[in-house]
Amino acid sequence: MSGGRFRPGSPAREQALSVSIATGAYGVSFGALSIAAGLDAWQTMALSLLLFTGGSQFAFIGVMGAGGSPIAAVVTSTFLGIRNGFYGVALAPVLRPLRGPRKAWAAQVTIDESTAVALAQPHDQVAARREGFWWTGVGVFVFWNAFTLVGAALGSALGDPARYGLDAAAAAAFLGLLWPRLGPHRAKVVAAVSALVALALTPVLPAGIPVLAAAVVAIMAGWNAPPATEEVPD
Amino acid sequence: MNAYSWTWVAIVAAAVLAWGIKFAGHSVPESWLENPRIHRIAGYITVAMLAALFGVQAFTSDGDLALDSRLAAVAVAAVLLWRKAPFWLVVLAAALTAALLRWVGLP
Repeated sequence: MSGGRFRPGSPAREQALSVSIATGAYGVSFGALSIAAGLDAWQTMALSLLLFTGGSQFAFIGVMGAGGSPIAAVVTSTFLGIRNGFYGVALAPVLRPLRGPRKAWAAQVTIDESTAVALAQPHDQVAARREGFWWTGVGVFVFWNAFTLVGAALGSALGDPARYGLDAAAAAAFLGLLWPRLGPHRAKVVAAVSALVALALTPVLPAGIPVLAAAVVAIMAGWNAPPATEEVPD
Repeated sequence: MNAYSWTWVAIVAAAVLAWGIKFAGHSVPESWLENPRIHRIAGYITVAMLAALFGVQAFTSDGDLALDSRLAAVAVAAVLLWRKAPFWLVVLAAALTAALLRWVGLP
């Protein structure tokens, strides 16, 4: 694996493929939930092709589906995309120099999964890290969009979303995205307080705003460093 | 402009902003984002937003608090996540739980 060339069956490629299929498969839930939230199939596909970051996409349709304004949907989606900016910085030693269309495309596929697989490769094997990033990023992009289309078709055929439990499925999807980030103690506290703040504000504020208010909890939690033994979530 | 068109505007705006953030990350000097406070807040923002979205999606309806079949569904989801089940199974099990409870007549 020390060479610069891609080799079939390399650990980076195997990880990329399994992550791509596993992540792509839940594009089915996104497609179906987006239709249930009131978007049409074209809008659903546009979100997967153009926005292409799972948390932001689920947030966008969650706010719209709850009757929130398009502005609240954009702001919530953007807040959830901030971490992708930090991934670009973390990937600098792996990917730079990047220029032109290649850089534009690298930006598009900079997500949780491509970053995780890239940085999971050994520190001294830059070629393997680069391979992990590109294969995972492009792989998730392909599978995520294909499965979104399947989900949108299913969602359009189903009818009343609550009857099939799709509202509960959306809640479970957010829980599934949140779960792996709850390791550190302070992350658990932030999650609990944020959910309670959003629930408390729901009866008094327009849809979408209570979720944004939870950002204040994050700012308060991150202002001072946690005890030295504890990690901060990515 | 009607609501449908505004949704399209929002989709394009969200996509441009998301891509812009990603592109900026690949462009800035590496030293720029080393401020640990910014790093911490960004990490907690993801957790805070996802938790708030979960709470609102699981326990509210039409702008008010609501407890219904979704409670049992997310409890099933939590157990499956704790048992390290794959994402698709967690989502599917939650949908089936809520659908089954509503089929027998619960809200």
